[in-house]
Amino acid sequence: MGHGKDKEPGFEKKFGIKAEHLCFSYPIGNGNGIINGSGKEKQVLQDIHFHVADKESVGLIGANGVGKSTLLKLLVGLANGYGGVLRVGGLDVEKKNLAAIRKSTGYVFQDSDSQLFLSTVYEDVAFGPRNYGYSGEEVERRVAEALKQVHMEELRDRQIYRMSGGQKKLASLATILSMEPQLMLLDEPSAALDPRNRRNLIHILNEIAVTKVIASHDLDFILDTCERTLLLFDGKIVRDGKTEEILGDRKLLEESGLELPLGLKGQNNNQKKENGIGSKGDFGAGKGGTHYRGGSGKVF
Amino acid sequence: MDKLRRAVRRIHVVDDGKNPENIKNINPVHPLARLLVTIGYILTVVSFGKYDLWGLAGMILYLLVTGIWEEISVRDMPGRLFPVLLLAGMAGIANPFLDRAVLWRIGGFAVTGGMVSLLTLLLKAGFCVTASCFLIMETGMEGICYSLRRLHVPKELVTVLLLIYRYLMVLLKEAERMMQAYRLRAPGQKGIHGKAWGAFAGQLLLRSIDRAETVYESMLLRGYHGEFAGQNIRWGKGASFCYLFLWAAAFAGLRMFPVFQMAGNLLRGIP
Repeated sequence: MGHGKDKEPGFEKKFGIKAEHLCFSYPIGNGNGIINGSGKEKQVLQDIHFHVADKESVGLIGANGVGKSTLLKLLVGLANGYGGVLRVGGLDVEKKNLAAIRKSTGYVFQDSDSQLFLSTVYEDVAFGPRNYGYSGEEVERRVAEALKQVHMEELRDRQIYRMSGGQKKLASLATILSMEPQLMLLDEPSAALDPRNRRNLIHILNEIAVTKVIASHDLDFILDTCERTLLLFDGKIVRDGKTEEILGDRKLLEESGLELPLGLKGQNNNQKKENGIGSKGDFGAGKGGTHYRGGSGKVF
Repeated sequence: MDKLRRAVRRIHVVDDGKNPENIKNINPVHPLARLLVTIGYILTVVSFGKYDLWGLAGMILYLLVTGIWEEISVRDMPGRLFPVLLLAGMAGIANPFLDRAVLWRIGGFAVTGGMVSLLTLLLKAGFCVTASCFLIMETGMEGICYSLRRLHVPKELVTVLLLIYRYLMVLLKEAERMMQAYRLRAPGQKGIHGKAWGAFAGQLLLRSIDRAETVYESMLLRGYHGEFAGQNIRWGKGASFCYLFLWAAAFAGLRMFPVFQMAGNLLRGIP
């Protein structure tokens, strides 16, 4: 488990992540699907080591089943029993700190239907602020602000079941934005989105200047949203560096069970430039993260 | 599959009923006031005697006024009422045979006490269920649970009530998806084959538990700690008190005076 005493000065004020020698495993059964306490375990993450700075946008890539979602869940304490050091916002990820960590962290699940469990967009977006005891006026302000950020003001009272997949994804994002998080964890945010909604999500994420960890195997999405990337393979981080460098390394990607993103394959570059995305030149990287300079950001 | 789809649609209809998008007259009444009025209504309805058909009939006024004022869709009401009426009918089926005392004669037809008590039983069941459905449509399950907590109903009980309501939807949707996948690979087959039932039910349970767990995790990550957060629905204090007291007075009046009988007498010139 973590060591709570050696906090770096000032680290708490900024919202970063620190993982050192992080390991995680879960018990497996006896072959018949029964977990029998035999002590057998499957190692999911091994000796993971990385730091994420405040307001940095980091992509977490890897093939299916390499532990991306598990790593995200560890960061908010949804998976227990890790080894090594794991610290979020200067706090060790352990039971006594979970409330504080979760209050400042927004987690967008892969499946929007699991994230949106109330009847209307308003109810769902207000759920977090209400639970944290904010006044009625403050809840209203936060909901309005969150919906404005995802350009969904007019869908405030819309029934969730009447919404499209793209709208649900943006509503999911709004549910965490209303908590005004300092850290956003997104699990496969572009899954099941059509190109237009995907582009819209990219624009919105690039406008939000908080620490972001985006787990995805949609490498083009990572290319458009993250300056830095961690490549996971076989439960280990095999490369940590600039997104363009990692995603441009065909050999490395193929060895890790991935493929070169379309945005770097060359043949699609001209078309992408016409659409206004696909190149980091379109986004200005600054202290507050990356900022998209164009696009209407409308909900489709 | 059609039944599952209908069940999911019915829940959506209930949700639609309380959607501000669909309600033109946004009623600034506190959910607690609505809950208290509904409880008062149910208590008044069940307090009528078994032969007090005319007095009981007056209680329909609350349902009519509420339904019209709130623009509540009653399209699916018969479907919801049917099982309850069936159950009430089975409970009172013996009444006409056991209680043969003639109460009135309509033309040449003798209306016995058993018939009246059976009808009263059916009306009571129908009124109570309709009023409960209206309450859910007006305030939503979250509003009801919040109000129950304000009435100091134990937290555990209220949480279970809310989670059952939420997970019911998860279960139905999972079942619908699985049925759809099954049907596409079993064309022309009616229902699920007997041999597949075990695996189907097991899978449904596992998938539902998985989904329910994710929903719960999503709640936890947004600050849920087993306690209901205050709802900041737009309501007015004055309107809520007026609503509560006006309906309380109306129920008291309807309990004491059989309005339909009095109106009938008035029309017939009977003092």
